[in-house]
Amino acid sequence: MKTRVIQQKNTWGKTLAVGTTGIGLLLLSIVLCLAIGSVYLPAGEITLILLNKIPGLQSFIPATWDPTSEQIMLQVRMPRVMLAMLVGASLGLAGAAFQGVLRNPLADAFTLGVSSGASVGAALLIYFGLQYALLGQWTIPIVAFMTGVITLVFVLQMAKENGKIPIETLILSGVVVQAFLGSIVSLLVALSNQAVNEILFWTMGSLAFRGWEYSGVVLPYFLVSLLLLLAYSRALNMLALGERQAAHMGLHVERTKWIVLLAATFVTAAAVSVSGVIGFVGLVVPHLLRLLIGSDYRLLIPMSAVGGAIYVLWADTIARTILSPTEIPLGVVTAFIGAPFFAFLLIRRKKQRGAVS
Amino acid sequence: MFPYHSHQMNPAWNYGPVLSVQNISHSFGAKQILHQLSLDVQSGDWIGIIGPNGSGKSTLLSLMSRAQAPSRGEIFLQGRAINSYKRKELSRHMAVLQQEALPPVSYTVREVVEMGRFPYQSFWGLEKEDSQVFIDGIMERLQLEDLHDRPMDQLSGGQRQRVALAKLMAQSPDIVLLDEPTTYLDIHYQVQFMEMVRSWQNDCGLTVISVLHDLNLAALYCNRLVVLEDGKLVAEGSPDEIMTQEQLEDVFQVNTVIVEHPEIERPQILVSPNLPTRKVK
Repeated sequence: MKTRVIQQKNTWGKTLAVGTTGIGLLLLSIVLCLAIGSVYLPAGEITLILLNKIPGLQSFIPATWDPTSEQIMLQVRMPRVMLAMLVGASLGLAGAAFQGVLRNPLADAFTLGVSSGASVGAALLIYFGLQYALLGQWTIPIVAFMTGVITLVFVLQMAKENGKIPIETLILSGVVVQAFLGSIVSLLVALSNQAVNEILFWTMGSLAFRGWEYSGVVLPYFLVSLLLLLAYSRALNMLALGERQAAHMGLHVERTKWIVLLAATFVTAAAVSVSGVIGFVGLVVPHLLRLLIGSDYRLLIPMSAVGGAIYVLWADTIARTILSPTEIPLGVVTAFIGAPFFAFLLIRRKKQRGAVS
Repeated sequence: MFPYHSHQMNPAWNYGPVLSVQNISHSFGAKQILHQLSLDVQSGDWIGIIGPNGSGKSTLLSLMSRAQAPSRGEIFLQGRAINSYKRKELSRHMAVLQQEALPPVSYTVREVVEMGRFPYQSFWGLEKEDSQVFIDGIMERLQLEDLHDRPMDQLSGGQRQRVALAKLMAQSPDIVLLDEPTTYLDIHYQVQFMEMVRSWQNDCGLTVISVLHDLNLAALYCNRLVVLEDGKLVAEGSPDEIMTQEQLEDVFQVNTVIVEHPEIERPQILVSPNLPTRKVK
């Protein structure tokens, strides 16, 4: 009886503490990243404008600020901040899911070739000058999404064996397809003789000039995947004990793999199609959180979304401000900060382990 | 008293063998592993499947657990074809301890034991009744209370095997299948493990089917032994009927002396260092 009380307190206490910390950091990041930019907006003012926009609070908070501030915030910075969070959350979420189902530390949101598939679609459009053909600004996102998903279906078909998907074959198929599609993108980059190569920039990701409607496109994919993956988080924990163990506990292993892989891929394809390829988020965020909060997927899945959101939000703020008015590609920033930070955490954990034993 | 969560048994079934293997054959590629094997297991039995290496013991167990489907023949659980069970439904009736130990994951002992409740949980992970008290009982029973928040990768082999058993108990099955459960354990943990299974069986009317390498342990704990040789069932009966010099020489190619255990009426084997020369395999 005593064990139970302590145990439950621990679990709930931890979930609560981690959740509050995560959400708190995210809110703080939103306010700070809205403040930073070519025109400085005071953080206090931002908070008031944000609170004013919450339905029901309007009457309590009188609009004392400069209308231009509100304009800059709501029309320029807020859409970008929102999209950065959604793209980051999607990539973080998908990364945790891929690592869970593939049980491979190098798996990330792009393991199954979604990014290279999407890149080929985008690169072909850009190469032939069709980036605004037929569907205007949505041409690249829609085509990239489709080629990304087609790539996944192809990889899954390639790996399938008697209705099952063996993990090793799946990862190898993904790697092979990625290498092939990557070479097509490189070829298109080499053939196009622009001074500033648009294809190259797309493959390094950017959130510039994206209005509210882009967030609107990613949001439904994110919400559906989040709910599905939350429901399957216990299944991912069980898979860590091995597929056969999980099956003996009543888990439909193959169905779980399909659903988790599809959910994670769709949300990745949606994010990539609007932002281009932003590497390292899906790899580093779940691993980093694993070191901090443990590998229980019931906590890791939602926190990877929160962590991914914070990470890309800051990376994008750095990308748009540090060399202002020039923007650095977002994918460059995510890798440039992510890799050393991850190395630092690994070394620190190694030292801690050394101290224990 | 150990709170045992009993669930609905198959209402159509109230007599006959709890598990019935009917005339199954199994091949892997061109190699036939099991030949037309039939076996009935009565409720409350502790069956020991014994036989030399490669005789098909583990294959038989994995067919019973539905991890693989037999090439031919059928298996019935409580009177119903095992294939007709839904996955979670099957896991509420049957729990399986694999030969490989639980991997050294970073989940805590308690978290792993709670995973055993999966077949009773809804899509969102909720259970009709709170199972925390039930899990507490298991932790206490298997002396895991002090280890409850210890990660699995910090446990010894014996402790990890106890967690595996606790996870099976959390499934509250009617039948457990154990595939060489004592292989990696020292002699203390071997006896401890078998005693824990026995007391679980006594309290809950459990049926146990186990593949065992150690014939003496098999003779001590099982009430029925099934002997496999080259994928065929060659003998079955009580330990007294099976543990004879002739039988063991025939199946295992060893010379033995059978003695009675001085404390309990069970046969025990002393092996002779001289291998029989009659039949060379």
